[in-house]
Amino acid sequence: MGFNFYDFTALTHNIHVGLVEGFSPFMATTLEWVIVGTAYLLFVALFGLLLVYAERKVCAAFQQRLGPMRVGYWGLLQTIADFIKLLMKELIMPRKADRFLYNLAPFIVIIASFLAIAVIPFAPGLQSLDFDIGLFYLTSVSSVGVIGILLAGWSSNNKYSLIGAMRSGAQILSYELSVSLSLLTMIIFAGSMQFSTIVEGQRDGWYLFTGHIPSLVAFIVFLIAGTAETNRGPFDLAEAESELTAGFHTEYSGIKFAFFFLAEYINLFIISAVAATVFLGGWMPLHFGHLEAFNHAMDVIPPLVWFFLKVFGVIFIIMWFKWTFPRLRVDQILTLEWKYLLPINLINILLMALIVLTKFHF
Amino acid sequence: MKSFIEYIVSIFKGLWTLLIGMKVTGKYFFTPWKNVTQQYPENREKLVMFERFRGEVIMLHNENNEHSCNGCGICEINCPNGSIEIISKSILTADGKKKRIIDQHIYHLGMCTFCNLCVKACPSGALAMGQNFEHAVWDRSLLTKVLNQEGSTIAENVKEE
Repeated sequence: MGFNFYDFTALTHNIHVGLVEGFSPFMATTLEWVIVGTAYLLFVALFGLLLVYAERKVCAAFQQRLGPMRVGYWGLLQTIADFIKLLMKELIMPRKADRFLYNLAPFIVIIASFLAIAVIPFAPGLQSLDFDIGLFYLTSVSSVGVIGILLAGWSSNNKYSLIGAMRSGAQILSYELSVSLSLLTMIIFAGSMQFSTIVEGQRDGWYLFTGHIPSLVAFIVFLIAGTAETNRGPFDLAEAESELTAGFHTEYSGIKFAFFFLAEYINLFIISAVAATVFLGGWMPLHFGHLEAFNHAMDVIPPLVWFFLKVFGVIFIIMWFKWTFPRLRVDQILTLEWKYLLPINLINILLMALIVLTKFHF
Repeated sequence: MKSFIEYIVSIFKGLWTLLIGMKVTGKYFFTPWKNVTQQYPENREKLVMFERFRGEVIMLHNENNEHSCNGCGICEINCPNGSIEIISKSILTADGKKKRIIDQHIYHLGMCTFCNLCVKACPSGALAMGQNFEHAVWDRSLLTKVLNQEGSTIAENVKEE
């Protein structure tokens, strides 16, 4: 079983062949599910903890502070300690809450995140689902999460939760439009919704560069709308601390709260990963058309490292947004979406279609 | 048409102001050596409090162990929560006159709110705010302090009561 850090196709294929040879077809499939599921669970848990730590450190640096420094070297174990604390907390059930929906809501939110993460290509061969409608699937399952948020707000029997959930619903439904339209712009350019095709199409240069102006506009719109989609600041009015305590997850405690918390950070990762894949080439190293020596030098860095470099770049930008801009009001959020982002997006799609038709791209 | 131009301008103006904001926070992020966080127990040796920090009330003494408190009691009157007690005593001066001077300037640190009123009220400038802030003790009685040092006398140039 050869292990190649540059291409995981052989590794995953060998695992598959080994399982099929060793077990009955049913067992082999079940085992594959278990392995893939465990891998994603581990990744989500560890990456979520890492992102919480990164957020606290980045936020501190933006405010000229140091952030967590006491638990472990440079506070590295802080989020693990927090997580252990959350696991040991009592699960509180609000009086007159809708028990079934109250318990169901965190799972819907986190399942939506897990469904979305399945199609993201981490490296060649490291992608569990490669649909030909990958992007379409991703936008549709990532909007399932809003149902969980609405249910959480409604079933908590708390006015703050309900207001937070309604705001969140209005916001996510509006910004879903912008996310989809900016992705649609790139689908026109790429000519495919399949992630592997999109990444492969950026072998000679990332779409952000080859699609020039419309790509850049779509990228900026995607960043703004994606930030709103993840309910993060400056669009965090669904959980505006000063107005609504914690919004839809006010009444949740312990592991259920941790689910919402984790889902928020995994959504941040998904949005960043999609931005990195569609605009910045995913795991594809930085290539410029004909500079052969440069391209070969870039190929030395493994695709997995490239992917995470880009993802962390986008995550950093989104964190930069959060810790710079003040929160928008409800009406301002809807104005931004319906009066600004949507018309810009529609014109941008026309522009992109023209550019693709006239082949006025690199 | 005019409103359309305004709309277009507002988009770019909005983006520009956002970039200015990001520039400010970005400057903070990329200059981590300017961080303001003090890691207290580690930097205890070289920690310098700022000039106007109010740690405790102290009585200033010069190198001859002289202070400028004449025991007038104005600080005691001005203290809003009774943290100061003046115990005075009478002495005979060289020319045979009786004179009231300070015996003990008692300061209850445990009651003090560091409002600075005693320092402001003192007519002879005998009191000041010290920089020491590590006041933790095992016994509450240790928080009652005598501000005038053992064997100190009143300075020559302090005006009489």
